[in-house]
Amino acid sequence: MNNFLYLVPIALGLGLVGLVAFMWALRSGQYDDLDGAAERILFDDDRPLPEQRGTPTQHHAGQ
Amino acid sequence: MSCCAPGSDVAFGLDPESRADEIRLASRVVGDGVRQTDLSVPGIHCGGCIHRIETALQALPGVDSARVNLSGKRATIRWTSETPPPFVATLRDIGYEAHLYDIKADAKDTTLAALIRALAVAGFAASNIMLLSVSVWAGADGATRDLFHWLSALIALPALAYSGRIFFRSAWSVLRHGHTNMDVPISIGVCLAFGLSLYETFHHGSHAYFDASISLLFFLLIGRTLDHMMRERARTAVTGLARLATRGALVQRADGTRDYLPVGEIMPGMTILLAAGERVPVDAKVVSGQSDIDRSLLTGESVPVPAHAGALLQAGTLNLTGSLSIIATAAANESFLAEMMRLMEAAESGRSSYRRIADRAARLYAPVVHSVALLTCIGWWLATGDAHLAITIAIAVLIITCPCALGLAVPMVQVVAARRLFELGILLKDGGALERLAEIDTVVFDKTGTLTLGEPRLLNRDSLDPEALRIAAAMASHSRHPYSRALAAARTADLPALAANDVSEYPGCGMEAHIGPHTYRLGRAAWALNPAAANDARSADVVLARDGLMLAGFSFEDRLRDGAREAIADIARVGLSVEVLSGDRDETVRRLAGQLGVGHLAEVSPAGKVDHIATLEASGRKVLMVGDGLNDAPALAAAHASMAPASAADVGRNAADLVFLHESLRAVPQAMKIARAAARLVQQNLGLAIIYNVVAVPVAVLGYVTPLIAAIAMSSSSVIVIANALRLPGPRARKVAETASPATATLSSARS
Repeated sequence: MNNFLYLVPIALGLGLVGLVAFMWALRSGQYDDLDGAAERILFDDDRPLPEQRGTPTQHHAGQ
Repeated sequence: MSCCAPGSDVAFGLDPESRADEIRLASRVVGDGVRQTDLSVPGIHCGGCIHRIETALQALPGVDSARVNLSGKRATIRWTSETPPPFVATLRDIGYEAHLYDIKADAKDTTLAALIRALAVAGFAASNIMLLSVSVWAGADGATRDLFHWLSALIALPALAYSGRIFFRSAWSVLRHGHTNMDVPISIGVCLAFGLSLYETFHHGSHAYFDASISLLFFLLIGRTLDHMMRERARTAVTGLARLATRGALVQRADGTRDYLPVGEIMPGMTILLAAGERVPVDAKVVSGQSDIDRSLLTGESVPVPAHAGALLQAGTLNLTGSLSIIATAAANESFLAEMMRLMEAAESGRSSYRRIADRAARLYAPVVHSVALLTCIGWWLATGDAHLAITIAIAVLIITCPCALGLAVPMVQVVAARRLFELGILLKDGGALERLAEIDTVVFDKTGTLTLGEPRLLNRDSLDPEALRIAAAMASHSRHPYSRALAAARTADLPALAANDVSEYPGCGMEAHIGPHTYRLGRAAWALNPAAANDARSADVVLARDGLMLAGFSFEDRLRDGAREAIADIARVGLSVEVLSGDRDETVRRLAGQLGVGHLAEVSPAGKVDHIATLEASGRKVLMVGDGLNDAPALAAAHASMAPASAADVGRNAADLVFLHESLRAVPQAMKIARAAARLVQQNLGLAIIYNVVAVPVAVLGYVTPLIAAIAMSSSSVIVIANALRLPGPRARKVAETASPATATLSSARS
């Protein structure tokens, strides 16, 4: 019984970390082009996403 | 299947020289000095394309970054130079057609993002609560059970508040207007389950339904998200295809200065300089110049009409051969296009509002379930006098009947069907269209651009003197007129092309060239031939003349769309009636309808088309309209269901329920077949959901339901419904390869 006192929070905490990580990935545009991501892994040169400066797919601040 | 096929039959790209202004007008400022342009590149289909396009674009001076989105078939370019770098020409050089992408039509899909976030939260909560519940089912009791119940409540409350909003909001908004939908019983069931569980937890009860209430949300959100994604995918694919509509035109001011103005700022009375190959931006009158005008998108006429000074031009028509100076007679919002939109809205509001099958089920479902729960409550209360027991059992009834399977039954099938259609190159706008398509009993085709490609083909090629054809082809290669293009394409490949010198085009008449000592004319008989020889032309559409004497006469015919015959045969075989409805001349339509063996109606105005459809519908028919032009758009909106080819006018494509990307018209019977199969599966799924309830409800009413039974019953019914949906027959890869037209096949191999 006493084990629960730290095991349960750990379990929940790990789940929360996963949830937060997913939310972050979603927000930073990593799910915008799943087909493209699957192909890009095969490229030799690595080109990261352009920095999020008013990215159109995220917010329309630039308009 | 080849994903790059869609690009093949989509119309013209941008003309690089004249359109730098267009690109600048369509770009947006995203930071200090950085502008961004979005291009739709339908030809993107693999990793190689991404790499080639990004490398080529990034090599351009002035380009800051270029990023390809493969799912959306788009390229996003940031650039810093004064004038836009030549994106379109660069892409064309490496083999990709590009169109400006209207970012306004693609305001970021916030609903999908909200749905996915809600789904993630519900999934997190459901899995954690389920972990705790399993321990309870396994025999935890006393303080441990209470602790687990409290923990579950702690997780469930925020998840319910966050993920449940989607259902609560929709339920509230329909309740306020005195209606009901599926979200009402869902919201009531989930909230009551949570409330009851909280009460039980307070009083150290043994049964808490936190897991049921949250996993229910999770399952339903899956259905909701899939449904939304399917529609969104089709919508963005359709807007992504957007052909470049006229965004602006070169206006000449009274003082002689020239400005490139957006269409919205063009006022009646302004003088516009219209180059060959441009679309007429607003309704206008020709002041000077001569040209041929392609009106096929607007009226369905397959042959271009000549335009002289004084002629009235409708917005959206294409100026083919000569430069014109025109005076705007109406602003953009009063032009022909706007008129069509009004006609379309009227037609849409007149269409008997179709109730989706899920909504119809919900109307029956909610009252039945709620009265069963109420009766159970009253029954147990009368029988035992125990109000707490009665309410607990009544809520158990609500939980077990919560429309989990029902909520998935319809969207699952529609998502699978949309997927199957997508594999065939058919985009589905929404699930309701699939249901309507399954009910069709009459199919009405437009002619120009739908049954035919709107591209003339040389008819009498075999009977022509090869030398005459060679001369004609050499001259024709200098013109944009559809007949010229057909002639240039018909040249015999084994003869070397002839260099024609000094070719000049006389808009509205034809082409003239000098070869050696002779003057050749290619064009209308009345212009090309001496008055004395004019009778030689007979029925030829175009003649080739040397010094006024006829060398050859060419007859043209609009080319039948690939698969048109088979499609009509397929449709007729399943017992549906087919007719052709066109704005073109009676003679042309009659000939085509005769070839295909179907009834026809010619020279019909856009309003006439709507009337005809309305008459058919009034006599109890369910009409599928297949059309592409602006003039079809109102009829597309009026019909029970509608399809358009990807090459259709924007308005037509937006009005249609389904859009097919490949050239072949066989997409029409294929789509109908899938729609019918989907309708059968939806009925089966609803049947399964009813059987489930018939079994589960008595168990619940008799008070035998525990949280464990509820969890098992709900998940198994959902899984059965999903598995049944996946049975929808789909095309094998081999079949897809067959249906892709030869043209697209060559194109794919050329590009890959």
